[in-house]
Amino acid sequence: MYAFDWSSIPGSLPFLWQGMLVTLQITLVAIVVGILLGTIIAVLRLSKNPILSALAAAYVTLFRSIPLVMVLLWFQLALVPPVVRWLFPKGNFDLNLLIAFTAFAFFEASYYAEIIRAGIQSISKGQVMAAQALGMTDGAVMRLVILPQAFRRMIPLLLTQAIILFQDSSLVYVIGLADFFGVAKNRADSTGNEVEFILFAGAVYLILCLTLSTIVRQLQKRIVI
Amino acid sequence: MISIRDISKWYGAFHVLKDCSTEIQKGEVVVVCGPSGSGKSTLIKCVNGLEPFQKGEIVIEGTSVGAKKTNLPKLRARVGMVFQHFELFPHLSVFQNLTIAQCRVLRRSAGEAEEKAGRLLDLVGLRAHARKFPAQLSGGQQQRVAIARALAMDPIAMLFDEPTSALDPEMINEVLDVMVKLAQEGMTMMVVTHEMGFAKKVADRVIFMDEGQIVEDRPKTDFFSRPNTDRAQQFLSKILSH
Repeated sequence: MYAFDWSSIPGSLPFLWQGMLVTLQITLVAIVVGILLGTIIAVLRLSKNPILSALAAAYVTLFRSIPLVMVLLWFQLALVPPVVRWLFPKGNFDLNLLIAFTAFAFFEASYYAEIIRAGIQSISKGQVMAAQALGMTDGAVMRLVILPQAFRRMIPLLLTQAIILFQDSSLVYVIGLADFFGVAKNRADSTGNEVEFILFAGAVYLILCLTLSTIVRQLQKRIVI
Repeated sequence: MISIRDISKWYGAFHVLKDCSTEIQKGEVVVVCGPSGSGKSTLIKCVNGLEPFQKGEIVIEGTSVGAKKTNLPKLRARVGMVFQHFELFPHLSVFQNLTIAQCRVLRRSAGEAEEKAGRLLDLVGLRAHARKFPAQLSGGQQQRVAIARALAMDPIAMLFDEPTSALDPEMINEVLDVMVKLAQEGMTMMVVTHEMGFAKKVADRVIFMDEGQIVEDRPKTDFFSRPNTDRAQQFLSKILSH
């Protein structure tokens, strides 16, 4: 029988906490930027202009067809470093964190765009007509009537996507970033207590995600509109 | 004030409106009736450009609805519309439903918009419900709020698209009472409805539509006493018999 040795975990907690902060940062940035960008893409996708609509559709298809790991590597190897060097020739950044932020934000935007598009389309034609009849321009109809209602309906889906994102952020280990999972893996390797660290990290992900999805389920019950 | 000239509209191959023409004078109340599928709702939605039409012209106080250069939102802001299913904005309170377009479209100050909203809620008898949300109101109350919302824009005319068809019978009169009051105050109104009591009471003219055509367009008394066509006669006998 395997003898568990948990003794190196307490001493590693400060490092794990630092890693968790990185994980949370990536998740938050990807949610905020992803939803903003996703909203723009969704609106473009539904626009009457065939070129804008096709461009938005191409964006969504592209990012949804590529595995996230490859998007991360692609941003690291080809996209972010040259752009940053071109924009800030003298700047000194934590490039890996920036790569994680942008890759996740752009990747998540394609998923959020589809959720938001469905939300927009779920608002009835009658609501649109009522807003138009009051003299609202297309932009005002979208901002004042459609999006506020669509987002209310979408909150559970947006949060579910955020939970998936929180878990997926562990993939940043491929670009050498020490997020929560990355730190756990490093400590596991250096202490030799691999099983314990991976079990511990898994338990933390499990508890956080279960808590979040319970909140989502409560919200689903309360949102009537 | 509203001039509808030879309007034709197709949904694909289906000819919904066939050369419809009529004039509505300032202060006139015109009731549009006819069997379902006759094009009444489509016609009234063409008046403020909510439905496009392929042929003909609609002119509201000198502005052509179908013209490319027309600023449709600006024109619509001057014409009130009330829908069959109320279409209040469910994420806004009753009060906000009345102020949002005043502030965002007409650029009125919050104070001015709120004062106007308060007065209109008094008019429809719902001042006490100002802070509620539409889902908390009955159908009749929602429709009265919808009328107040349209009136808040100080419209030059009001369009009603079957305003009582989705209501429980006991709520129809509270809505009709508000509409009668408006008509008596001289509002220009185009009303798609089956409420012939309302038509008899306040309409100046009645338009009867069938299969996309305006079959009769006559002063109320003529229409009710001796309809010209068999089709209108049958329709009247059916809806007036109960």
